Amino acid sequence: MANKILAILEQREGSLKKVSYEVASVASKLAKELNLEVEAVVVGADVNDLNNISKYGIQKVIHLKNSEFSNYTSSGYTEAISNYSKEVNAVCLIVGNTSLGNDLAPRLAVKLNSGCITDCVNLQVESGEVIATRPIYAGKAFTKAKLSSVVKVFTIRPNVFKAELNENETCNIEIKEISSPNLKSKVVSFKKSEGKLDVAEADIIVSGGRGMKGPENFNLIESLADSLGAAVGASRAVVDAGWRPHREQVGQTGKTVSPSLYVACGISGAIQHLAGMSTSKYIVAINKDKDAPIFSVADYGIAGDLFEILPVLTEEIKKIRS
Amino acid sequence: MKIAVCVSHVPDTATRIKIGADRKTIDPTGVTYIINPYDEFAVEEALKTKEKIGGDSIVYAISVGGDTNKESIRKALAMGVDEGILLKDDSIRDSFGIAHALADEIKSLGCEIAFFGKQSVDFDNSITGQVTAELLGYNCVPVVVDFKLEGSKITAEREIEGGREVVETELPAIITTQKGLNEPRYASLKGIMASKKKTIAEKAAAQSPNHSEIIDMNLPTSKQPGRILGTDSSAVAELVKLLREEAKVI
Ligand SMILES: Cc1cc2nc3c(=O)[nH]c(=O)nc-3n(C[C@H](O)[C@H](O)[C@H](O)COP(=O)(O)OP(=O)(O)OC[C@H]3O[C@@H](n4cnc5c(N)ncnc54)[C@H](O)[C@@H]3O)c2cc1C
Ligand SMILES: Nc1ncnc2c1ncn2[C@@H]1O[C@H](COP(=O)(O)O)[C@@H](O)[C@H]1O
Repeated sequence: MANKILAILEQREGSLKKVSYEVASVASKLAKELNLEVEAVVVGADVNDLNNISKYGIQKVIHLKNSEFSNYTSSGYTEAISNYSKEVNAVCLIVGNTSLGNDLAPRLAVKLNSGCITDCVNLQVESGEVIATRPIYAGKAFTKAKLSSVVKVFTIRPNVFKAELNENETCNIEIKEISSPNLKSKVVSFKKSEGKLDVAEADIIVSGGRGMKGPENFNLIESLADSLGAAVGASRAVVDAGWRPHREQVGQTGKTVSPSLYVACGISGAIQHLAGMSTSKYIVAINKDKDAPIFSVADYGIAGDLFEILPVLTEEIKKIRS
Repeated sequence: MKIAVCVSHVPDTATRIKIGADRKTIDPTGVTYIINPYDEFAVEEALKTKEKIGGDSIVYAISVGGDTNKESIRKALAMGVDEGILLKDDSIRDSFGIAHALADEIKSLGCEIAFFGKQSVDFDNSITGQVTAELLGYNCVPVVVDFKLEGSKITAEREIEGGREVVETELPAIITTQKGLNEPRYASLKGIMASKKKTIAEKAAAQSPNHSEIIDMNLPTSKQPGRILGTDSSAVAELVKLLREEAKVI
């Protein structure tokens, strides 16, 4: 029996998260190159749409099931997955670098006596070994690293790897009931935040900085974000001033993001801010100071007054979207 | 109760990174090192926990690394931590190597709770707390923005995508701290003076092999500076056109 690589899928409220398709796609690609068998593993109570995963190169999904698994339990998920990995002799696990994955992966690594490289933006096979590229110093530099342990755990940054379609595959879903899950540590409730979209998951982000002059003016940012279907982000200066919640902070001590489009409004572009967003695919800067450092990373800029520009931009976007 | 707080010593966030000649480390010339910003939240929460429990609780600040890590330990002492411990090792350890040393010390001190930062802003691994907990068989709640301890019961809120999840668990445990949990106190002049007199215990870090190996380090390829399209809203039409037709992102 060939050794296995496991794609650890993530579900919330019974639906697979987008990153799960990226994880599946990465795992099946590595499996081909390393000549391993690939399987997907999902922990949960009832999980919908598991069949969809077959489109990303996976023919077998193992559902580790218990009614207590509808909510995340770090102890329970860790035990269920690590037991399964040992049972099938898995040599490599791919996990999404989400809040859940970042909690789970290092624990799995300890249980499997393996190392763990987090937040990978590239995984490449060179002479039979997986070489991981990951940002350090919030993206001010990159490292290439490899694991020397027998079992290897990698977490991949969401939105970076393409979920590649691989049609014509069918999927075999196997359910394994987990009898007495370990519930030493358990999620008892979830408090949804008011913001519509989370910067960590958004494809477009519109951020405001101190140039917004006050919290009352963030409706300009929100309207533009709404028109683009974007999340609202913020610089630390406005978070520290209490204008915006810290979960919106982008930067070295906030969230590191890489959306397809990042619009920075009234943000100077301090090194700590740039560290968190400079890997965005496209960057637009609106700042009245033409020498502001944000323009050094921006693809397109308007060096003018945001109070005049933002309403016009929002109207223009609404027009083309309608 | 014995409480631990683990602190790392990292380049100031304003540092412009230069890659070292070995291409495996950064060039430390001209770099100022500071206590990891997230670890200040950990120190604050450890001190608050001690104040709440009272009695003969004691807070230890522990760091794994070379002599210079003492500066960050001293910062924690100045904020009010009782004792500082340097687990000395000048070699480069990965998170697993660091976690092994920390787990060994937390166990021999008999700490029932340990606070970590959610991530070190150097390598951004974000796993040392979870690994240490798993090695010790402790419970662990990472990225905590609200923390309550009643008897041995922990209720913590952790920040996740789109909201906060409320986690219940028990001591012994490791908590990793996120901005928003508390407002770290400033070191008082008295605290700073007292911290200078304290001796930091030096111990050899428990041996442990690394699991990962750095092969290369490089800087991101720098972007071509972009185009400034104008200085007022008359540039908006062109911006929208470029975003649609050139960038194809909207
Ligand atoms: C340890 C540490 C960690 C940090 N971490 C982070 C982090 O994670 N994220 C982060 O963002 N920062 C971080 N910082 C802070 C960072 O150094 C900057 O202070 C901060 O990013 C500045 O925010 P800002 O750009 O909104 O404000 P400012 O630097 O004040 O810039 C405001 C900008 O608005 C422009 N402006 C003003 N009026 C208008 C107008 N009418 N129209 C158009 N433009 C206008 C100005 O030209 C200026 O460029 C950190 C700092 C430290 C020390
Ligand atoms: N060398 C170290 N010594 C003590 N604690 C550390 C060390 N490195 C990391 N930590 C702790 O682990 C947390 C997470 O670090 P990391 O996993 O490296 O991102 C930090 O915020 C510290 O609390």
